[in-house]
Amino acid sequence: MTGKAVQMGRREILKTGALAGAALAIGIALPARAAGADKGGQAFLPHAVLAIMPDGTVTLYLPKTEMGQGVHTAIAMLIAEELEVAPSAFSIDIPPGDSVRFGDISQSTGGSTSMRELWAPLRQAAADTRMALVMAAARKWGVKATDCRARDGVIHRLDETSRLTYGEVCLDAAAWPLPAGTALKSPDDYRVLGKDQVRLDGEAKVKGTAQFGIDVRLPGMLTAALQQSPVFGGALRKVEEGAALAVAGVRQVVALDDAVAVLADNYWSAQQGLAALEPGWDEGPHAQLDQSAIVEPIVTAVSGPGTEAFNQGDVAEAMKASRQTVEAVYQQAFQAHAAMEPGNCVAHFTGNACEIWTGTQIPSAVRKQVASATGLPVEAVTVHNFLLGGGFGRRLEADMVLRTVQIARRASVPVKLVWSREEDVRHDLYRPYYADRLVAGLGEDRKPVAWRHHIAGSSIMARLYPRYYKGVDGDAVEGAKTIPYTVPSRRLEWTRQESAVPTSWWRGVGGLRSAFAVESFIDELAVAAKSDPVAYRRDLLRDPRAVAVLDLAAERAGWGRRLPEGQGQGVALIHLWDTYMAQVVEVEARENEQPRVLRVVVAVDCGQPVNPAGIRAQVEGGVVFGLSATLFGEITVAGGQVQQSNFHDYRVLRMNEAPLVETHIVDSREAPGGMGEPPTAAVGPALANAVFAATGRRVRTLPLARNLWV
Amino acid sequence: MDYRLRIDGQDHAVSVPEDMPLLWVLRDVLGLTGTKFGCGAGLCGACTVHLDGAAARSCLTPVSMATGKEIVTIAGLSSTRVGRAVQGAWLAQDVVQCGYCQPGQMLSAAALLTDNSDPSDDEIDAGMSGNICRCGTYQRIRAAIRHAADELSA
Ligand code: FES
Ligand code: FES
Repeated sequence: MTGKAVQMGRREILKTGALAGAALAIGIALPARAAGADKGGQAFLPHAVLAIMPDGTVTLYLPKTEMGQGVHTAIAMLIAEELEVAPSAFSIDIPPGDSVRFGDISQSTGGSTSMRELWAPLRQAAADTRMALVMAAARKWGVKATDCRARDGVIHRLDETSRLTYGEVCLDAAAWPLPAGTALKSPDDYRVLGKDQVRLDGEAKVKGTAQFGIDVRLPGMLTAALQQSPVFGGALRKVEEGAALAVAGVRQVVALDDAVAVLADNYWSAQQGLAALEPGWDEGPHAQLDQSAIVEPIVTAVSGPGTEAFNQGDVAEAMKASRQTVEAVYQQAFQAHAAMEPGNCVAHFTGNACEIWTGTQIPSAVRKQVASATGLPVEAVTVHNFLLGGGFGRRLEADMVLRTVQIARRASVPVKLVWSREEDVRHDLYRPYYADRLVAGLGEDRKPVAWRHHIAGSSIMARLYPRYYKGVDGDAVEGAKTIPYTVPSRRLEWTRQESAVPTSWWRGVGGLRSAFAVESFIDELAVAAKSDPVAYRRDLLRDPRAVAVLDLAAERAGWGRRLPEGQGQGVALIHLWDTYMAQVVEVEARENEQPRVLRVVVAVDCGQPVNPAGIRAQVEGGVVFGLSATLFGEITVAGGQVQQSNFHDYRVLRMNEAPLVETHIVDSREAPGGMGEPPTAAVGPALANAVFAATGRRVRTLPLARNLWV
Repeated sequence: MDYRLRIDGQDHAVSVPEDMPLLWVLRDVLGLTGTKFGCGAGLCGACTVHLDGAAARSCLTPVSMATGKEIVTIAGLSSTRVGRAVQGAWLAQDVVQCGYCQPGQMLSAAALLTDNSDPSDDEIDAGMSGNICRCGTYQRIRAAIRHAADELSA
């Protein structure tokens, strides 16, 4: 199932193309609704994201999934600014998956695209809505709209002789065509954007009342535990149901081609039933597959030629003419997502309809995939979406939902399937294992004159969009095709190298892989040039925004100051997802000990900050996520099976290992850049460079903690 | 087996196997879903509750060991002064991201502060390192615990 390509229409790939850094959402507009079309004419529904009721309620239908990144708060801020209401004034509704409802706005959430995509259309929609309300009030008063102004959900006559609330005029506004092209505020007039806003979902999460997909309970529902073929590509040969059915509370055993599930009154009984089964497996073609057989071809590939992804100048000539060459191969391990909320989904299949309750990053795509898997029309499938207990790209796939549907089709009641942590780790769709080989020729001034980069690994794009894959994975080469540094001759090559290990999106996507390779390598060039890593980078930069974040991070970190024995500083700079970021990591690395990350100083220019408090949170969290992967994260395969299973052997950072993170945000009026991926992408190379500074050891194969002292 | 459980000040009667972990009694038998499942193996702390004031991993606590004890979950945390201070500090420091680990984090923090009203950084790290946050809110959790400690000593 995981290998199955998803067929998507042109519009879909354009929308999802944003994930790979393709051109973004210029001129996207929300479709205006026929005025008052819904709710029996009892509400003003200017467009798909808003409903205003006569009692003053303003409902915000979130077009994106909240998974911790704060998008709920940020979207509320975009609308609040132009609608002239407080961000906390909305009542929030998480709408079901629907590819039509939001027009050109994608309901998919990933690739740090939300603010970049929504910045223009949501503010425009909110401004037009405000204008409609103001015009309705002006009509009532028989004055011009310019004689009125809106503030905090109330329209005032400028002479302050009368006032009307949004609720009081909303039905009148609904009866008229929605204005278009209302002028947006000047940034000087912002009252919401760029100001710290505490999270709007904070209170429910602190009280413990926030509902995640895993918390869904339906009448008559059974809960299922799952075991999938331990070996990739294996099949279920036989299973004796009796042992499971003998466990109290167990109701049904469902045998599938490559998995077995036990359905019970509660999850504990289901797990007990599953443990009592002794399923027999046909291990299939990958039973002998070991890690080395996966990694070797990837590493070998980068020493040969690949498919051209980018070429500028005559690299071979420039390389020959160079004074010195530097070469390095970097390897990055398979990663599991290991979101705190394990995989889960509730499905109810009735024969002519299928209803899904789950937390997903792709509600409308899930709806289509369930329809095609069941043969039902899309209209017969409903996908209720929920808060996610972490996404990180794992819920950009529908595999967990489709697995639940397979089981629910064989049951007569709603089924909640919960992945054990072990199943979650061993049956993820992993971040690919990648190898990068870089070769640079340095000129007389020790600056690179020639640059050759070859990337090899699994292609997620080719799996998901086979019809649009033209030999190069646009996501995988992001951050390698364009680099922040000026190099006269540059060539980039790509080799797709698949294995039996299923792969997918992971926080930081392709840019993260590029960032580790490019930013480690530029550091190696600085060393070869006997130059300071910050000064060496700065000399190669042209973009003033890149220079500014580099200088800011260096300055705030006290770059170059004397550190105690065993400590070091490392720097990394990225320009990805329309965001500029520099990080300085300070590390302590004593012989044969695990390195301790002491402090991370981050300078970021992500354009106009929407919510600085949210940006700081993304930086702090993204740094921790990236440190976990760089220091410890590693999924390995033996006998065709994943060897890790839970947090004891798939380690993630704990509080005692978490550094102090300082965030410095550059004030900017440029359109917003993404903030979900950059902190995770930049911290890895900054850490490796810091470890080099502390120890003289250059770790080119991750994870770092295991490879540092070997 | 029949058990009486006192959860967040309320009495509940359940009939479940004696080795059923408290986590699943709470979530699946009683429908009290504030307590979260993260690993089922005592490795992540998402399922943390209080048993007579001490932090316990409910995924590893058989129901038979919870009966007769005062069980506190996130839903009842605000019934104690320390619990209220912790929840207030969590809001003041804008701690949460996805929020999934946070009930367990707050229960662990409240137990820590009950034992030690003025923990040092190292004591906070030691008391909290059993609770994983995949979203990486550790820095704010530290700040919130200090915030709550200040509040409690004021
Ligand atoms: S679920 Fe109990 S410690 Fe992880
Ligand atoms: S807030 Fe998401 S795991 Fe802690």
